[in-house]
Amino acid sequence: MVESPVVQGLRAYVLIVGMWIRSTMAYRTSFALTVLGNFLVTGLDFVAIMIMFWHTDVLGGFAVAEVALLYGTASASLGLADLTMGSASRLGRRVRDGTLDTLLVRPVPVIAQVAADRFALRRLGRVSQALLVLVWALSSLEVAWTPVKALLLPVTVLSGAAIFGALMVAGAGFQFLAQDAAEVQNSFTYGGNTMLQYPPTIFAKDLVRGVTFIVPLAFVNWLPALRILDRQDPLGLPGWLDFAGPVVAVGCCFLAGLAWRAGLRSYRSTGS
Amino acid sequence: MRLYGAVAASSFRRYATYRVATAAGVFTNTVFGFILAYTFIALWSIRPHLGGYDQAQALTFVWTSQAMLAAAALLGGGFQQELQERIRTGDIAIDLYRPADLQLWWLASDLGRAAFQLLGRGLVPLAVGALCFDLALPSSPLVWLAFLASVLLGLLVGFAVRYLVALTSFWLLDGAGVDMVSGLLCLFFSGSLLPLTVFPGAFGDVARMLPWSAMLQVPVDVLLGVNSGAGLAGSFAFQGCWALVLLAAGRLLQGLATRKVVVQGG
Repeated sequence: MVESPVVQGLRAYVLIVGMWIRSTMAYRTSFALTVLGNFLVTGLDFVAIMIMFWHTDVLGGFAVAEVALLYGTASASLGLADLTMGSASRLGRRVRDGTLDTLLVRPVPVIAQVAADRFALRRLGRVSQALLVLVWALSSLEVAWTPVKALLLPVTVLSGAAIFGALMVAGAGFQFLAQDAAEVQNSFTYGGNTMLQYPPTIFAKDLVRGVTFIVPLAFVNWLPALRILDRQDPLGLPGWLDFAGPVVAVGCCFLAGLAWRAGLRSYRSTGS
Repeated sequence: MRLYGAVAASSFRRYATYRVATAAGVFTNTVFGFILAYTFIALWSIRPHLGGYDQAQALTFVWTSQAMLAAAALLGGGFQQELQERIRTGDIAIDLYRPADLQLWWLASDLGRAAFQLLGRGLVPLAVGALCFDLALPSSPLVWLAFLASVLLGLLVGFAVRYLVALTSFWLLDGAGVDMVSGLLCLFFSGSLLPLTVFPGAFGDVARMLPWSAMLQVPVDVLLGVNSGAGLAGSFAFQGCWALVLLAAGRLLQGLATRKVVVQGG
C-alpha cells in the first residue's frame, strides 16, 4: 500500500521531532532552565499589561480579566504555532549557506523537515505561560457559559494556532526570495500577537479592518473572544463570522501551501 | 586611535551590507510602533499625564524607542554572541595577541554597528511616527545634540553590560543562560516595554536607578526635554557614572580572564 505524502510527512515530522527531543533531554538542567527563561520572557509582556492596569481599571472599555482572556488565547495560539512550526523561520539561513540541498535529497517532504528542524521543546514555556493566564482569566470572568461558547474556546485556540502556523509557512516561502528578510514575518506573528492581546476597540478602524480582511488575524481570537464576552465588535460584522475561525484557518493553510510551493520551486542552490 | 576608527568604520560597512535585512527590520519596527502607539493612546486617554508625560510625549516615547531598539541592541543582536562564540571556540586567543586592546576593539566595532543602525533603522520609523501621530519632537537643534550625546552614553553603558556578560563565557563556556537573564533584565528595565516612569512606587524608583535605564529611558527623557539645566547635567552624570563603573568592571574582569583562564582549543 502506498502512503499518502501527508501521512509520510507527518510521520517524518514526528520522527525528527523525537530525535531533537531526545537530544534536548540529554541536558536536562539546561532544558529546565531554558523553559523557565522562555516562560519568564514571554511573561514580561503580561507584566507590562498588569502595570498598565495598575493605573487604570479599564483599557478600551475592557477590564483586566477580559484583556487576560485576549492575551491568553492569542499567546497560546502563537505558542502552539511557534512550537510546531517556528523552526521554519530558520529557513533563510539554510538557503544562504546552502544546507537546504541536504533536505531536498531526502525522501521526506521538505516542509516537514524544515518545520521539525532543531525542534525547540523550550517553546512550551510560552504555551504554559499563556495557558496559565487563560485559566486565571476564565476563573475571574463571569461568563454566561453555553455549550457553544465552551466549545468555541478550544476551537479558537487551535484555529488561531493554525492561522499563525500558516503565516509562518508563508513567511518561510517568502524567505526563498528574500533570504535576509526573515524579520518581516515577525511583524505579522509577534506583532500580530501583541496587537491581539489588546482589545480591538483601542486601534484605529482601518487597522482593525486590515487585520480582519487582509491578514485575517482577527479570527485568531478577537471575533470569537468578543462572542464569549458578549460584546459587539467595533466593525459591526455579522455574528456568524465569530465562528468562522476554523474555515479561515483552512483557507490560510491552503494559501500558505501555495506560497511555500512557489518559494520552493524558485529555489536556486548557492552551489557551495 | 586610527585603528579603532577603522574598526568602527568597517563594522558600519558590514551592517550596511545587508540592505534587505535592514528594510525588513525597519518594517517590523514601524509595525510595532503603530501597535504600541495605539495601546499608549488608550492608556493616556484615561490617565493623561501618567508618568509625567502628556499623550504626545508618550507617543514620542514609543516611536523613539522603536527607532533606538536596534542601535541599543535592546532585543539582543550586536557583538555579544560573536565574542562568546570566539571564547568558546578558542579563537579569542588570536584576538588577544593582536596589538590592540580587546575591550576597545569590540567597543569600536559595536559603536560602528550602532551608528549604522541608528541611521538605517532609526530614521524611517521615527519619520513615519511623526507623520502619522502628533509627536512632541523638539525644534531646538541643541536638544537634538543633547539627545545624541545621551544616546552615545547609553550605547557605552549598553556595551559595558554586554561585554561583562560575554566575558562570563571564559568561565561558563556556554553563555545561553546568562544571555537569557541579561536579555530579560534589559528588556524590562530599559523601558522598552513601558516607560520606567510608569512603573509603580518604590519598584519604579529602583528601576530608574539601574544601569539599563541609561540605555533607553534617559536618552528619550533628554529628547522630550523632561529635564533641563541641572536636571540635564544630572542625566548625563548618571549615564557617565554607570558607563565608567561598568567599563572599569569589564576591564577588571578581562584582566582576570586573560590571566587565570586557559583558553580553549589546540
